Amino acid sequence: MTQPPLLTIILTPLLILALATLLTWVERRLLGLWQDRYGPNRVGPGGLFQAVADGIKLLFKQDWIPPFADKAVFILAPAIGMMTVMLSFAVIPVTARQSIADHLNVGLLFVLAMMSLGVYAVVLAGWASNSKYALLGGMRAAAQMISYEVFMGLSLLGVVMITGSFSLHDIVTAQSGLWFIIPQCAGFVVFLLAGIAETHRLPFDLPEGENELGAGFHTEYSGMKFGMFFLAEYAGIILVSALVTTLYLGGWQGPLLPPVLWFALKTGALVAFFILLRAALPRPRYDQLMALGWKVLLPVSLLNIAATGTVLMLHAPG
Amino acid sequence: MSGTLRTLFLTFLHAFRRRETVQYPEEKPYLPPRYRGRIILSRDPDGEERCVSCNLCAVACPVDCISLQKAETEGRWYPEYFRINFSRCIFCGFCEEACPTYAIQLTPDFEMSEYSRPNLVYEKEDLLISGTGKYPDYNFYRVAGVPVPGKERGESEHERPPVDLHSLLP
Repeated sequence: MTQPPLLTIILTPLLILALATLLTWVERRLLGLWQDRYGPNRVGPGGLFQAVADGIKLLFKQDWIPPFADKAVFILAPAIGMMTVMLSFAVIPVTARQSIADHLNVGLLFVLAMMSLGVYAVVLAGWASNSKYALLGGMRAAAQMISYEVFMGLSLLGVVMITGSFSLHDIVTAQSGLWFIIPQCAGFVVFLLAGIAETHRLPFDLPEGENELGAGFHTEYSGMKFGMFFLAEYAGIILVSALVTTLYLGGWQGPLLPPVLWFALKTGALVAFFILLRAALPRPRYDQLMALGWKVLLPVSLLNIAATGTVLMLHAPG
Repeated sequence: MSGTLRTLFLTFLHAFRRRETVQYPEEKPYLPPRYRGRIILSRDPDGEERCVSCNLCAVACPVDCISLQKAETEGRWYPEYFRINFSRCIFCGFCEEACPTYAIQLTPDFEMSEYSRPNLVYEKEDLLISGTGKYPDYNFYRVAGVPVPGKERGESEHERPPVDLHSLLP
């Protein structure tokens, strides 16, 4: 395994930050498109600099820590959120060559571990804020993310069984003939839903349901600490989209176009789908969310594992 | 489940619809003549001020944004000053409804932002326009029964001469 160039390691987080910032603008424009309006289109060409303007605004806001908050944890929480998402990107293979550690033999487990750690950001934020709405949001986030963690892991097992490896690079190369979305369509759907729940995006954004919890776990946050949560969420969308691309849509593979472009296209389409979900769907009730997880997604992912295992065993040589 | 997918699809189709937004500063919407915007004071067809400073508009105003003072020349009333505080005005149009002489009128213009609040207080010279507004031929003194210099009682339009109460003839 060759050492990745230092430049890649420095540039990757910067690129992700830039993309996450850009995504705030993309989301607002796309929501506008689907709601028959324009969205921000005044600052810069097509409103492109709106993201920069928002960033400057957040930077210059008073960075206020409530006197009743647990100061150390309060500061730590957004940093954890950002860090776990950023670290996950290390194992994503953008192309066969462009990645930091895509040959890591526990790559997929690493991503799952980082996503589980991401729960801490939300829970600690809710706990350290020392206010009831933040705590309720944090509790919801804990229950939701830990539940969906289970199906997320289980839904991935099918892919791992076919490939016989946890390395994301191997998983992509195993899809050179057929993308895993076809043999693993159940796993794909479960993983996508779990991914939405993991990034607590609409329609599964109950931890921050603004009409009942103020803003949920980040109620007490302001300035750039709030911005960190915000950016971590958008980076999370990119991460889940990139993961789905890698695991089920054949990663960088595709005819004619260069691999980087294929990866970007697939990821971009999934990001757009995430935003379409936000534009179209209402938020479910909390028990409905849990019921969907445990009563539908868990059996489906278990059946998927059983079916995949049976097929693999029947086709196994000897 | 199928309902969810249908919702997603229908929302996606909205990408190909026309956008409803009016791009305001570049593209101005049509405002009908009765739009309730900036308030003006109009003049009658002879070019005289219509306002007779009866104070009905100030009484009707629910936010007390109109202030005026009566003055008199040769039996005619006119406002010595007429002041509207547009930082208070709610553009309800009650003043226009209350006005017996069609002097105060609301116009289809709302672009009156200011950087400083005192600049929103309009004086009579800011409010008074040279035209007749929405009622081009109306002149209060020509139809009202009140006598003014140059017009005695009974000489108004559609008005019969006054009955002589001291005469016994029918």
